[in-house]
Amino acid sequence: MSALTSHLTEFAIAPVCHDLQINGETVGLHESGILWWPDQSVLVVSDLHLEKASSYARRGLMLPPYDTGITLERLSSAIETFDPACVISLGDSFHDPDGSDRLPPVYRAMLTSLQLNREWIWVTGNHDPIAPVRLCGETVDELTIGPLTFRHEPLQKTDRSVIAGEICGHLHPAARVRRYGRSIRRSCFATDGYRLVMPAFGALTGGLNVNDTAFHLVFRRLQFSVFMLGNDRLYPFSASRLIGD
Amino acid sequence: MDSRVLPSRFHQWFASRGWSPRPHQLALVDHLSRGESTLLIAPTGAGKTLAGFLPSLVELEARAKLPPESAGSTGLHTLYISPLKALAVDIARNLEAPVSEMGLPVKLETRTGDTPSHKRQRQKRNPPEILLTTPEQIALLLSDPQSMEMFRSLKTVVLDELHALVTSKRGDLLALGLARIRKICPNLRTIGLSATVAEPDDLRAYLVGQPDAETRALAEMVQITGGAEPDVSILDTEERLPWSGHSSRHAMGEIYQLIKKHQVSLVFVNTRSQAEMIFQELWRINDDTLPIALHHGSLDVGQRRKVEAAMASGALRAVVATSSLDMGIDWGDIDLVINVGAPKGASRLAQRIGRANHRMEDPSKAILVPANRFEVLECQAALAASKRGKQDTPPLRKGALDVLAQHVLGLACADALDPVAIYDEIRTCETYRHLTWETFEKVLSFVATGGYALKTYEQYAKLRKGKDGLWRIAHPKIAQQYRLNVGTIVEAPMLKVRLVRSKADSRRSPIGRGGKMLGEIEEWFVEQLAQGDTFLFGGEVLRFEGLRENEAFASRSKSDTPMIPSYQGGKFPLSTYLADSVRAMLASPERWRHLPGQVRDWLELQQAKSELPTRDGLLVETFPRAKRHYMVCYPFEGRLAHQTLGMLLTKRLERLGARPMGFVANDYALAVWGLGDLSLLFSSGKIDLNALFEEDILGDDLDAWLAESSLLKRTFRYCAVIAGLIERRHPGQEKSGRQVTVSSDLIYDVLRSHEPDHILLQATWNDAAEGLLDISRLSELLARIKGRITHTRLERVSPLAVPIMLEIGKEPVYGEAIDDILAEAAEDLVLEAME
Repeated sequence: MSALTSHLTEFAIAPVCHDLQINGETVGLHESGILWWPDQSVLVVSDLHLEKASSYARRGLMLPPYDTGITLERLSSAIETFDPACVISLGDSFHDPDGSDRLPPVYRAMLTSLQLNREWIWVTGNHDPIAPVRLCGETVDELTIGPLTFRHEPLQKTDRSVIAGEICGHLHPAARVRRYGRSIRRSCFATDGYRLVMPAFGALTGGLNVNDTAFHLVFRRLQFSVFMLGNDRLYPFSASRLIGD
Repeated sequence: MDSRVLPSRFHQWFASRGWSPRPHQLALVDHLSRGESTLLIAPTGAGKTLAGFLPSLVELEARAKLPPESAGSTGLHTLYISPLKALAVDIARNLEAPVSEMGLPVKLETRTGDTPSHKRQRQKRNPPEILLTTPEQIALLLSDPQSMEMFRSLKTVVLDELHALVTSKRGDLLALGLARIRKICPNLRTIGLSATVAEPDDLRAYLVGQPDAETRALAEMVQITGGAEPDVSILDTEERLPWSGHSSRHAMGEIYQLIKKHQVSLVFVNTRSQAEMIFQELWRINDDTLPIALHHGSLDVGQRRKVEAAMASGALRAVVATSSLDMGIDWGDIDLVINVGAPKGASRLAQRIGRANHRMEDPSKAILVPANRFEVLECQAALAASKRGKQDTPPLRKGALDVLAQHVLGLACADALDPVAIYDEIRTCETYRHLTWETFEKVLSFVATGGYALKTYEQYAKLRKGKDGLWRIAHPKIAQQYRLNVGTIVEAPMLKVRLVRSKADSRRSPIGRGGKMLGEIEEWFVEQLAQGDTFLFGGEVLRFEGLRENEAFASRSKSDTPMIPSYQGGKFPLSTYLADSVRAMLASPERWRHLPGQVRDWLELQQAKSELPTRDGLLVETFPRAKRHYMVCYPFEGRLAHQTLGMLLTKRLERLGARPMGFVANDYALAVWGLGDLSLLFSSGKIDLNALFEEDILGDDLDAWLAESSLLKRTFRYCAVIAGLIERRHPGQEKSGRQVTVSSDLIYDVLRSHEPDHILLQATWNDAAEGLLDISRLSELLARIKGRITHTRLERVSPLAVPIMLEIGKEPVYGEAIDDILAEAAEDLVLEAME
């Protein structure tokens, strides 16, 4: 390979993130739905909901058993792209507390190989309040690194001195815009510059419209922006441009 | 026919009424007495219902004379199955009279979703002689091991409105249920009651068990022909006939005069939005405040019942209705049917006309009101068909696989399941006779563990195979789950419409106080509304105020220009038969003399400026207009087939560099527009029209489009609910359908990418090909026009193209990539306010 083409290849795969200031710290949002914190080499992903289909299957609803595979494939491609020193999984990593125990061997191996040579932090969530079994990584309820605090559920406060720097998931934000009489709905990041709510990453996770009352406790009305996940980029909108479901 | 087949009690009853038994009624008694299942085909008003029950009443009279406690002297004798709950209730009421007047010892009961559970329990222990019910209730009864006893004494099953039942998945569910009942009672006889259909043999085969895949067993048939010839005409309007649109606003004055001149009129329309609009318009000019009411499927049930009661009691002069009124309930004396818009099918029209004068001896009177010029042609064709008694009901459908999955689980709930025996049983259904063992095994495996290639769900299996080779449900909870999910009707997510603030009423306002529930509306429609948008609902212009939970709040508006709801339901495509008649009429100018002058002028102008479409070919016109290039073609194959074709053509033109931008389709024509000079591309041979319309367009292009089509996702959701992959929503369980919609879309994506051959995707594809995409008609079209495509290059729009061109902008435009829209929406905004 010539120097030029190798240079071009490198250029082509360099990840493009949407840079953003949260509590004064620069982080990058990526269209795959992960957050990249270059200064700390931390990659954050939220609401993986691994083994969701099998969780339903236990109740007699035989959803296709491919969600864990798809989610891990996507995660692995994001990790390959950014090669982080540390991965934070921001809660609801498994759809239920037994999920990590049910994880089929092939996916356990896949996840374990992703954890090699890097720090891995499981933040607990409402679906998985306990540490996963037979997997590496440290389990915490929440974690603060510098100006940023990582927890699953946003504190139900809008007092900026308390919530500044909060990175959370749980709500599965999604936004809807209307154009030419058609409306389009996508998962999204939502932020007011003080806190950031991450989109759900799991293959079978739905979304909750950011106009839902649940978000009233998180952001002041209309004083936030979203970044909708597109096929190869993010689409920013201010809250006033969004419509409800 | 010898009337001695009837016992004297019956003769006396007929005589006391001044009637005598009709030949077809006696013929049915005769056939049944010989153990023969029979199809009765009769127009409305021929005494079909009494005919259907007469054999059972005769037998029950005889049975009552048996010594008590002797074998066969008690128990359920006849099941009556109707597609409508209300119809079952209505029939029960009508049957009470002859039963009590003849003093027959016959108990009649209904069993529907509304029947209280203690009564249902009692019915299982101590069933009536005649039970009137619906297909869903049959499925429920058959899944319950305790109700098996109840069926043992059964002799006859009466299927009402069979022509309507067999066209839906409920017909599939019922067919499977019948196969099971036949197994329990091998001597069972069935009676099908049907309106006139194109292929009576389909229904005759549906009624009986099929012995093997080759020979087709048929029930006997009794057909009533004759009756008075209906008096049908087309409204010869004094007004200017519109070029396009479906409002018929131009004819409102004339319709109003017709209503005034008749005692009771039924005004039939094709869609709910039309019903809304016409009701509104009629009230606007209702200077005599005639009692005119509105009836359609998304109105509140209470409201509908009120209208029905008022109609039956003769309190109304007219009802504006959609097909929610098409079926058999007795409406009292209607002396005029007004059909607004195109009839879409000859049989459909005949059934609607039959609603006037529910007595066979009198001619039914009907007037067709075409809404635009093409519809004049269609009405003319329908009129000719009606005179010849020509029928164009759809052919029998192939049994759906999602329904089969539901049925298999139901069977397992009732009893241990022997796959080989069940496979044979299922194939006795006409609609499932060609089911292969491989497909059946896939369905069974789907029911048990989801049927995935990746076998990870064995431990959660719903059905388990025992050492004896029989399959049983793994847990009693599975049976409960089945009961909650039974049935094939999956409602589109609906929102209730509530009136929140009432302003001063005008005298003519048809609805009352504020704060009440007006009915239900499809969620996707509300999604498109912003606060302040106006729409027609329940006969009023409403202003959308916002959403709360699952209610759409709306206030009364005085706006005159509502954004009319364009419900997707109720848009029937033009029948193949009528389409062919219209093409034939267009191609032969000598037949135009029957047409109104305005329409004749229009066609002559087309002849002069461009060309007329031929009967078997395809006319393609191209012309520039306002910096765009248009292609209009006239396949006359119905909206659905045209939409599919439009989608595929746009994809193909895009690949060929013609830069198409969008298309619009109606029942008659298809228009595609773009930036590339289509006239030049076609006439220079750069794009070969024959290659463009080549049949292989139904291959890869179709697959590529479907991969991203939301049509298919919606179809998948219905299949997934029916098959039991996802749970049916029950009232109050969830705030809105959103969560289910999202996850079924995600499930669809996962399945499509990881197991494209899955049985549910197969079921989804079958449904879509038949219903939404009309693939079969499209492929017939492509075969028909092969080598017969004519290209006409024009400088400007042709007369025939005007109607479709006028629809641009009214109809949703297809073919834009969603991400492009997002990008555009995002680009004209800067990321504001991150203060």
